[in-house]
Amino acid sequence: MLRFLVRRVLGAAVIVLLISAITFFLFFALPSQPALMSCGKNCTPDALAVINRNLGLDEPVPVQYWHYVVGVFAGRDLTVGHCPAPCLGYSFSNQQPVWDTIMDRFPTTLSITLGAAAVFLVAGVGLGMIAAAFRGTWVDKVVSSLSLLGHSLQVYFLGVVALAVLVSGLHWLDNPEYHPITEDPVKWFTGMIIPWLVLSVIFVANYTRMTRSQMVEQLAEDHVRAARAKGLRRRTVFFRYAWRGAMTPIVTLFGIDLGSLFGGAIITETTFSLHGLGRLAVTSVSETDLPTLMAVMLVGCTAIVVANIVVDAAYAVIDPRVRLA
Amino acid sequence: MTTPSLAAEDAVPARPAPAGRSPGRLMWRRFRRDRAGVVSACVVAFFFLAALAAPLISWGYGKDPYTTYGLNEGGLLNEYGYPVAPDGGVSGRFWFGIEPTLGRDVLTQLLYGIRTSLLIAAAATVLCVLTGILVGVTAGYAGGRTDYLLGRFIDLLLAFPQQLSFVAFTPVVYALFVSPGKETPTSLRVVTLIIVLWVLGWMGLARLLRGQVLSLREREFVEAARVTGASTWRIVSRELLPNLWTPILVQATLMLPAMVTAEAGLSFIGVGIVEPTPDWGRMFANGAKYYESDITYIFFPGIAMILFVVAFNLLGDSLRDAFDPRTKR
Repeated sequence: MLRFLVRRVLGAAVIVLLISAITFFLFFALPSQPALMSCGKNCTPDALAVINRNLGLDEPVPVQYWHYVVGVFAGRDLTVGHCPAPCLGYSFSNQQPVWDTIMDRFPTTLSITLGAAAVFLVAGVGLGMIAAAFRGTWVDKVVSSLSLLGHSLQVYFLGVVALAVLVSGLHWLDNPEYHPITEDPVKWFTGMIIPWLVLSVIFVANYTRMTRSQMVEQLAEDHVRAARAKGLRRRTVFFRYAWRGAMTPIVTLFGIDLGSLFGGAIITETTFSLHGLGRLAVTSVSETDLPTLMAVMLVGCTAIVVANIVVDAAYAVIDPRVRLA
Repeated sequence: MTTPSLAAEDAVPARPAPAGRSPGRLMWRRFRRDRAGVVSACVVAFFFLAALAAPLISWGYGKDPYTTYGLNEGGLLNEYGYPVAPDGGVSGRFWFGIEPTLGRDVLTQLLYGIRTSLLIAAAATVLCVLTGILVGVTAGYAGGRTDYLLGRFIDLLLAFPQQLSFVAFTPVVYALFVSPGKETPTSLRVVTLIIVLWVLGWMGLARLLRGQVLSLREREFVEAARVTGASTWRIVSRELLPNLWTPILVQATLMLPAMVTAEAGLSFIGVGIVEPTPDWGRMFANGAKYYESDITYIFFPGIAMILFVVAFNLLGDSLRDAFDPRTKR
C-alpha cells in the first residue's frame, strides 16, 4: 500500500508539474500587460520597462516558470513585498497575493461541492438500489425515466427555473449566498440548498443508472447465488454481497465528479452568482489576470489528480481482489 | 426490406433457413422494431433539419434573428423593455414571443442558435472521433512503447480540469489568431470553440478503442490475416475497423449532446459566441437576466435542449441494443 501511494503521489506530482508548465507557457500567448496596471496614468515606455524588470517579466518564459515553481515551495520576494511559502504570485486586479484570493474563494466551492456530493451520492445510489430491487416493475421504469430526464437537464436552465420558482415565485428561500459555516450554520445551509439540489438533480442520474446496472449484474454473479443457496436472507445478500461488488465503479465516478467539481463548478457558480473558484476563473479570464487563472488551474488539476489516487486506494479497500503494486 | 417480407416471416414458422443477412441489416431490423429508438431518431433528425433549414424557415415565417422588432415598432415592449403581451409576447405573429430589451424574434433566434451550436458540436465531435480512432487504434495495435507514451499523454490530458480549461484556454486560442485589441470575427470564434472542445474531448473514445483493439488483435481472424501477409493498413482497415464501428457510433451519439451542452455552457458564461450571432447557450444567459419579469423566454431554449439531449441519449441506447442484442437494460 505504501509503495503504491508513494509511486502514485510521485506520478501525480509529475502530472501537476507538466500541466502547470503547459498552462504557464500557453498563457504567455495572451495579450497581458500587468505592468500597465501598476504604472499609472503618466506611463512612459521607460517606466513600463522598469516595472517589467522589477516583476521579472523581461526574463525568458522558462526562467519565469522556474521562479514560479520555486515560489510555490519556498516563497519569493515580489516588488510588492515578500510572498510567503505557497506563493502563487500577486494579482494586480485583486490587489493581493493570489494565494489569499484562492483561500478566500475556496470555502464557497468546497461547500457547494461537498453538500451537493453528499446529496447526489446518497440519493443516486439509493434510487439505483431501489430500481434494482424492483427490476422490471413500474418503480424501476419511473426511476429510470426520471434519471434520464435529470441527466438531460442543464444547470443553466434548471438553476434559473429553480430560482424563479423557489425564490421569486414562492418566496420560500432567499437567493443563494455563501455564509461561512463557522459563523452561522443555519444561514450556510439555507444559502446553499438551491445549488445543492440543482446540482444533485443533474448528477443523480449517472449514479442511479450505474448503481442499477451494477446491482443487476452483481445479483446474477455466482457468489451471490451461492450465498442465496446457502440460505442467507435476500436482504443480507442484497446489501452485503451484491452491494459491495457494485460499489467499485460508483467510487470511480464519484472520484471523477468530485475532482472536477472542486476545481470550480463554473456554470453553477455563475448561475447562482456565488463567488467560488469557478467564478474567479471567469472573472480572471475577462480581466486577463493570469496569476489568478494559473492558480485556479493548478488547484483544479491537483484536485483531479488527488481524487484519482484516493479512488484507486479506495478500490483496494472495497475490493480485496484488487492488488496494489 | 419491405413489409411483405416481414409478414411472410410471421406467417410461415417452419421455413428453410433464412438467407444470410449482413450484421448491418440485422442491426437495422432490430433498430426498426425499437419504437423508442425510432422516435428519438426522428426527433434528432428534426433538430438537424431545423438547423439546416433555418434560413428557409425564417424566410417562410417572415422574420430574422437580427431585426429588433420590439424597438422598431411601438406597442411590443413596455417602458421597462419587457414584452407587453402576456407569456413573453407569444402571439400569432411571434410564435415563441419576443426577446426582452431588444425585442428580437425568439423563434428565429432559437433556430439560428441551434444552428450555430450544432455546427460547432458536430464539427468537434467529428474531429474527436477521428482523433480517437487514430490514437486508440495506433496505441492498441502498435503496443509497446507507442502504447505507453500515448497512454501517458491521455492521462495528462485527462488531468486537465475540463470546464476550467475550456474557459481558460478559449482566450488563449483567440489570442493566437488575432492580434490584441482587434475584434475577433465570428468565424474565428467558431473555429476556436471547435478546437478547444476537440483538444480535450477525444481521450475517452481513444481509451475505449485501445482496449477493444487490444483484445481484437489476439483474435484468430486478425492472426490469420497477419500470417497471410496482409499489410498493417489492410488489417486495420479491413479486419479491425469493421469491428469497431459499434462502439464508435454509440460513443459519437453520446458525445454530440455533451458537446452541444458544453458549447452552450461556454456561451452562457460569456467566453463563447458573442452578440449578435445567435447562439443556443447565450439564450440561457439572457434568460437568466430576464427571468424575474419574463420567465417564458428561457423555456423555449430550455425545453428544446432537454428534448434534444433526451432524444440523443435514447438513440444511443437503442443503437447499442440494436448492435449488441445480448446487452439487457
